[in-house]
Amino acid sequence: MADVLVRGGEVLDAGGRRRADVLVADAVVRAVGEGLEAPAGATVLDAGGCVVAPGLVDLHAHLRQPGREETETVETAARAAALGGYTAIVAMPNTEPPLDSAGTAREVLELGRHAAVEVAVAGAITVGRAGERLAPMAELAALGVRLFTDDGTGVQDGALMRRALDYARGLGVTLAQHCEDERLAAGGAMHEGSWSSRLGIPGVPAAAEEAMVARDLALVRLTGARLHFLHLSTAGSVELVRRAKAEGLPVTAEAAPHHLVLTDAAVGGFDPVFRVNPPLRGEADVAAVRAGLADGTIDVVATDHAPHAPETKDVPFAEAPPGMLGLETALAVALSVAPLEQVLALMSWQPAAIAGLADRHGGPVAEGRPANLCVIDPAATWQVDAGRLASRSRNTPYDGWKLTGRVRHTVVAGVPVVVDAEALR
Amino acid sequence: MTHLLSVADLGRDGIDEVLRVADAFAEVARRPVRKVPTLRGKAIATLFFEESTRTRLSFETAAKRLSADVLSFAAASSSLKKGESLRDTVETIEAMGIDALVVRHSAAGVPQQVARWVRSSKVVNAGDGWHEHPTQALLDCFTVRQVRAEQGRDPRFEGLQVLVVGDVRHSRVARSQVLAYSLLGAEVTLAAPASLLPPSLEGWPVRVAEDLDGALVEADVVSLLRLQAERGSGAFVPSLREYTAGWGLTSRRAALLAPTTIVTHPGPMVRGVEIAGDVADLPQAVVTRQVTNGVAVRMAVLFLLLGAPGGAEGLGKEADG
Repeated sequence: MADVLVRGGEVLDAGGRRRADVLVADAVVRAVGEGLEAPAGATVLDAGGCVVAPGLVDLHAHLRQPGREETETVETAARAAALGGYTAIVAMPNTEPPLDSAGTAREVLELGRHAAVEVAVAGAITVGRAGERLAPMAELAALGVRLFTDDGTGVQDGALMRRALDYARGLGVTLAQHCEDERLAAGGAMHEGSWSSRLGIPGVPAAAEEAMVARDLALVRLTGARLHFLHLSTAGSVELVRRAKAEGLPVTAEAAPHHLVLTDAAVGGFDPVFRVNPPLRGEADVAAVRAGLADGTIDVVATDHAPHAPETKDVPFAEAPPGMLGLETALAVALSVAPLEQVLALMSWQPAAIAGLADRHGGPVAEGRPANLCVIDPAATWQVDAGRLASRSRNTPYDGWKLTGRVRHTVVAGVPVVVDAEALR
Repeated sequence: MTHLLSVADLGRDGIDEVLRVADAFAEVARRPVRKVPTLRGKAIATLFFEESTRTRLSFETAAKRLSADVLSFAAASSSLKKGESLRDTVETIEAMGIDALVVRHSAAGVPQQVARWVRSSKVVNAGDGWHEHPTQALLDCFTVRQVRAEQGRDPRFEGLQVLVVGDVRHSRVARSQVLAYSLLGAEVTLAAPASLLPPSLEGWPVRVAEDLDGALVEADVVSLLRLQAERGSGAFVPSLREYTAGWGLTSRRAALLAPTTIVTHPGPMVRGVEIAGDVADLPQAVVTRQVTNGVAVRMAVLFLLLGAPGGAEGLGKEADG
């Protein structure tokens, strides 16, 4: 493995900013300092005008393998992730079959070993994600699984969720909930509000999310177990979590990039690319989620990258599967609403800690640490072209958008996988 | 006019134009030969992904009276059943050389999507989910104007009190009516159990009646909506009996109406639920008149989309031709 010198950039990690070159050898950071010499044969990555940061970690990516390989694979998602600055992604378990046993989890982990970035697995909380009985969480934990979720649906049965929290606490793993009361959300295809009322599309009230957030906070209080809230989208949810944190409950929360910049008004043209779950909310909700980022109520920006084949989106709005791409655009979208230091906390070291990956990802950029890095040009502007994404699907809501902030290089375990915004793997 | 997807596409001037052109076509229906050559050589397809008898017949009658060729597509017997996508179905039909697609679908927004997929065809929304049913609202306005003129009253809409009663939440007719009547200057009031109102009325140019009886006394036009029980609307009220008692146009309530108040219903009517049988038969209930006018209004829409390079100017000449 050739040595790598990242030269001329500004290192930025949880410890702050400083001008420094970074020398990498054998997957490890060997030196951080100004004016480092490139060893003979080393690959030199120019970081002039750029920030050299710990690689990003995505807590929430749907890789679609096994089961939907025509829309995405571990390989294509990992390539998209590398282009987006990620060095690790957490694969959500709602594959076909789901990641509710050691067998399927092992398959995805094995595929991940050949991928451009590190692929961690989130296991299902319940067998088949059916919400009826607990999945073999200990067996999955033995494979290194640290996060469990039935994402795509929430665990509806309060008693089962309580047992899952108790069991997870004993194992030292973290549950992550997709908060949606299915009865309140039934039939809904967009946020319930003025737009759904005007468009005649059945709505999902904010209360469908908030009711489950509130229930789960009570269960966390009861069990003392850790809980991570996936993709919070409403002002009420953010406020509930804010109070829970003030109370000292062991909860964390994430928001998806699209909930920071898009509102339900985007549905006005009935384009199914804007169908997502939780749905795009109203302006006040978007403002509240942004405020949650700013005051630390929300710990993580996670993509909820959800590829879908074009033909499945060429159907009536309410019949289209929910979900949008995110891995290649998340960083720039987040930078449009928050400063770089804060974005890196939200997208690198904080998610790394929640995912149980902090020993390898999220920094600091220091001698002896695993070399998982991304080099970001915060001033570079670029235009999103759905046809040129590395993902196998095209369902980005940002097609044609001009964004500022681009990943220039990504180094995973000491190997450059993206150089000058081109994927090498 | 590129397409007719929403009443909002027309604006006030567009609605006026449709009503004016429909006046001329209503006259065609009274001739011994009810046909004009206006759209000879044009092909119009009705794509009904949701069943509807009266709207389909009305559009097809309108197209035939304009001498257009009519192709009829029924989803029940179509390739959609074999797994073909909506988009492929639309593109296949357009490829046969179709000038206009009249689209009905149970999901909101499908006509908008079809309009994005077609190359050059015009798209007419014949009802999409709970969203809109523009030609129904236009024919309602046409009928109200016509009846008021016959009553010797001011046929203009400014200040007219329009009361829409019933299942507004699930009604595409109501959404188009609110737009059409308010664009024309009428004042629209909604009356419904709160569970059958849309979740938000923000931005709607309407008032909500606190008291149905009082609103009926004030109304110049009462638009009754059907309780869409087959779509589960029945679960939004405790029972049909309670709905009728609270919100039906019963004989007692009909007695509150001024003699000139016009009662419209988009059909199909459910006698005994939203309207009492004897009320439906009152002269001021203009339901069959609406059906008759529906043909003229749809002729006007098809003509303005397909046959009028200079708008309505050439109409008189061509209609005589």
